[in-house]
Amino acid sequence: MWSLLLNSNTQWVLFSTMILGIAAGLIGCLSFWKRQSLLSDALAHAALPGVIIAFLLFGEKSLFVLIPGAALSALIGAAFIQWISSSTRISEDSAMGMILSIFYGLGIMLLTIANRTAGGNQSGLDTFIFGQAASMVKSDVITMLCLALIVIFIVFIAFKEWKIYLFDPQFAQGMGLSIKSMNGLYIAVLVTTIVIGIQAVGVILIAALLIIPPVSARYWTHSFKTMLLLSSLIGGISGAVGTTISALGSGWPTGPFIVIVAATLFVISLVFGKEKGLLIKYLSFRMHKKQIDVQHVNVHLRTRGMMK
Amino acid sequence: MAETVLKVENLSASYRKNTVLYDVNFEVKAGSLTGIVGPNGAGKSTLIKTLLDLHPSLTGSVNFFGSSFKKVKKRIGYVPQRGSVDWDFPTNALDVVTMGLYGKIGWLKRPSRQHKEQAYEALKKMGMADYADRQISQLSGGQQQRVFLARALVQDADLYFMDEPLVGVDAQTELAIMTILKELKKSGKTVMVVHHDLQTVENYFDHVLLLNRTVIKHGTTEQVFTKENIAKTYGGNIRWIGEEKSHVVPSLEQ
Amino acid sequence: MTYTAWIILTASLVGLSCGLIGVFLILRKMAMMSDAISHTVLLGIVVAYMITREVSGTAMLIGAILAGLLTAFLVQWLHSLDIQQEASMGIVFTTLFAIGVILISTSVGNVHLDVQHALMGEITFIPWDTMSLPLIGEVPKATALLFAVFIVVLFFILIFYKEWKILSFDPALAAILGIPVLVMHYLFMGLVSITTVASFDAVGAIMVVAMLITPASSAYLWTDKLSFMLILSSLFGVISAVVGYYIAAWIDTSISGSMAFATGLIFLISFIFSPKHGMVAKYLRPPEAH
Repeated sequence: MWSLLLNSNTQWVLFSTMILGIAAGLIGCLSFWKRQSLLSDALAHAALPGVIIAFLLFGEKSLFVLIPGAALSALIGAAFIQWISSSTRISEDSAMGMILSIFYGLGIMLLTIANRTAGGNQSGLDTFIFGQAASMVKSDVITMLCLALIVIFIVFIAFKEWKIYLFDPQFAQGMGLSIKSMNGLYIAVLVTTIVIGIQAVGVILIAALLIIPPVSARYWTHSFKTMLLLSSLIGGISGAVGTTISALGSGWPTGPFIVIVAATLFVISLVFGKEKGLLIKYLSFRMHKKQIDVQHVNVHLRTRGMMK
Repeated sequence: MAETVLKVENLSASYRKNTVLYDVNFEVKAGSLTGIVGPNGAGKSTLIKTLLDLHPSLTGSVNFFGSSFKKVKKRIGYVPQRGSVDWDFPTNALDVVTMGLYGKIGWLKRPSRQHKEQAYEALKKMGMADYADRQISQLSGGQQQRVFLARALVQDADLYFMDEPLVGVDAQTELAIMTILKELKKSGKTVMVVHHDLQTVENYFDHVLLLNRTVIKHGTTEQVFTKENIAKTYGGNIRWIGEEKSHVVPSLEQ
Repeated sequence: MTYTAWIILTASLVGLSCGLIGVFLILRKMAMMSDAISHTVLLGIVVAYMITREVSGTAMLIGAILAGLLTAFLVQWLHSLDIQQEASMGIVFTTLFAIGVILISTSVGNVHLDVQHALMGEITFIPWDTMSLPLIGEVPKATALLFAVFIVVLFFILIFYKEWKILSFDPALAAILGIPVLVMHYLFMGLVSITTVASFDAVGAIMVVAMLITPASSAYLWTDKLSFMLILSSLFGVISAVVGYYIAAWIDTSISGSMAFATGLIFLISFIFSPKHGMVAKYLRPPEAH
C-alpha cells in the first residue's frame, strides 16, 4: 500500500481529489442554502452529452477539451430547468428529473455511437459514469487543480457577498448587489465544480460530494463561516481517503468509495453532532419535556393559590 | 346546558426546538361559533393541526364528544388554509367537493350519481353551481374558498375546524361564508374558525378564544373580547383608533 | 411474433406502467424520488443476487421492493430530523447506490453482475431469454414480468383511484377522512420500485426516470382532467418507446437512450404546441386584462 501511495502519480491524483472535495464542500454549502441540493445531480447528468460530443469533435480525452463541452451542456440543462419550471405549471423537481434523464439518455446514445465508431481511442469514456481517478494523467490533474483553486478563490474572495446573497437576497439587492450576476456566478462555480469532478467521481455520484458535506457540517456549527470550513474539510477528507481506498484494488471505481467515506462522516455527525445531533437532541428533548411538566404543575399551583 | 364537544387539557406542542403551544386548556360547547384570535406566530394553525392529529403533541389530552379523535373522526370536518394545496391539480370544482364524501363512500367504491348530486347541492348553496365543471386553477381566491366550504358541508360533520377561511377573499364571498357558518351554528353544529380581522370578531362569533402560545382568555365574545384582553394577547402591538374597540387595528399584522 | 415485435411490446409495457405511476409522482411533487429509487433498486438487486446466487425475477423484485421502501423510509426519516427533503434524497440514494456499485465492482460481494447492463438496460437481448407459459407458449421472461407488473400497477391505481386522488391533492384532508396516509405512501413507493426494477432490463436505471416523469409532465400540459391525464401519459409512454426503438435502429445506437430521448421530443412538442400551456399559445394570447 505504501509503495502505491509513494508513487508520484498516485500522490498527484490524491491531491487533486482532495482539492476537488474541498471545492465541492464549499460550493455545496451555497447549494444547501439555496435549497437546490438536487440541482447538482441534474446538472451532472446533463453534462454527459457535452463530454461525448466534445470527444467526438476533437477525438481526444484530455480534460482540457472535455470540460468546456461538459460545462456547456450542463448550462443548457440548467437553462431548460429554469425555463420549464418558470413558464409552465410543471414543478422544478419534475423539470430536473426530466432534464437529468433525457440528457443522460442522449449521452448514452452518443456514447454508444462513440464506442462503435472511434476505435480503440475511446476506451475510458465509460469511466465518466463512475469515475476513475487513477485514469487521470498529469495534464488532467493540473487542469483540475487550477479550476478547483479558482472556484475556492471565488468563494473566499466574495465571502460576505455570498453570505447576504444566500440569506437575504432582497436586502442584498437593496445594498446594490446584482442578484442576476450573483446567480450567474453561482451557476458558473457550481457547473465548474461538477464538471471537474466528473472524471474522478463520475456523473452519477458527484452530487453526493456537493450534498453530503454541508449537511454534515450543519451538525457542528451555526456559523456560516465555520460551516464552509468544516464542509470543505469533510469534502477534502472524503476525496483523499476514498481515492486511497479505491487505489488498493485494480479497476475499483473512485466515486463510490468517496461517497461511502462522506456518508460515514455524515452518520457520525448525525449521531454525535453538537448542534441538533441525535444524541444531544434526545437528551434535550427529555429535559424539555420535564420542564413543561414542571411548568404545568407550577401553573396549577398558582391558579389554585389564586382561587383560595 | 349544551353538550361538551371538545375538551383540551394541558396540551403542548413544539415546532423544531421551540415550544409553540404550552398548557392549553379549554372546553367547547355544542352549537357555538368560536373565533380563534391571536397575533402571527401565536400557534393558531398549529393548535388546529395538533387537535386533529396532523401535528404531534408533546403533552396533554384532547377529547372529542367524550371520546378519542380516532373514534369520532367522521364527525369532524376540516377546512385547511387555501394555500396548503396545489390548485394546479388536474380536477374540477365538483370533484373537489366530492372528495369530502370519500370517507363515507368507503374503500373500493366509486362516487355514485347520488354523491355527485349531493356535492352539486353543496356547491349551489355556496353560489358556485355555475362553476362545477371549472378547472380549479381557473377559480378566483374567493371561489376556491367557497369550493372548500362546500366540501366541508358535504362532510356533514358535527364539529368544524376552519383555518383562515376569510383571508384573501372578496366581500361577497366573506358574506356567503359567514351566512353558512351561522346556519351551521343554528342547526346545532359547532364551528371553530381561525380569524385574522379583529374588527369583525364581534359581528361574526359568539365565542372567542384568544391565543398567544397558550389560551389567554376563552369565553363568550361579550365577556372576553375586551380591550384589556386583546392588549394582553397581542402584547403592546396594538394601535387603538378612537375609543371604540371595534376599531382596533393590529399594527404589526401584515 | 418477430424479434422486433417482442421488443416493441416489451418497451410499450414499460411506457404504460411508467406513464401511470409517473402521473402520481409528479402530482405528489415527488419526481426526484423516482430518481432516488431507480438508483437504490440496484442495491436491492445485488443483495438479492448475493443471497440467492441466481438472476431470478422473483428474488430481484423482492430485493427491489425492499430497497425502494428502505429509500422512502430513510428519506422520510432524515427529513423528519430537519434535513431538507432534497438533501435527504441526495444523501440516501448516492450512499445506497455507492454500496451497490462497490459490491459489484470489488470482490467483496463476489457478484458478477454487469453494472453497465443495469444502468443502460439492454433490451436487445430480451427476446432470447424466454420461458414457456401455459396457453401462450414461449414468452421472453422480461416481457412476462413487465406484463405482470403492469397488471399490478393498473389494479392498484384503479381500485384506489379516488384515494390516490385525494392523497395527491390534499393529504391533510385524506388523513382526517380516515385514509391511512402512511400505509398508502409506502404502497405507492412499492409500486414505483416494482415498476422500476421490471423496467431495468429494458431501459436501465436512469432512463426509467425519463419514462416515469417526462410522459406524465407532457400530459400535464394537455389536460385538466386526472383520468385523461393518466390515459394520455401512458399513451405518450408507449409512443416514446416505439419512436425510441426506431430512432435507435435508424442511427444504430442505444435503444434505452433513444427512448429517453424520445420522451424528451414528445415533451418538447407539448411544451411548444399545447393549446393551454404551450409557448405558441402563450405568445399568441393577448396579455390577460387585469
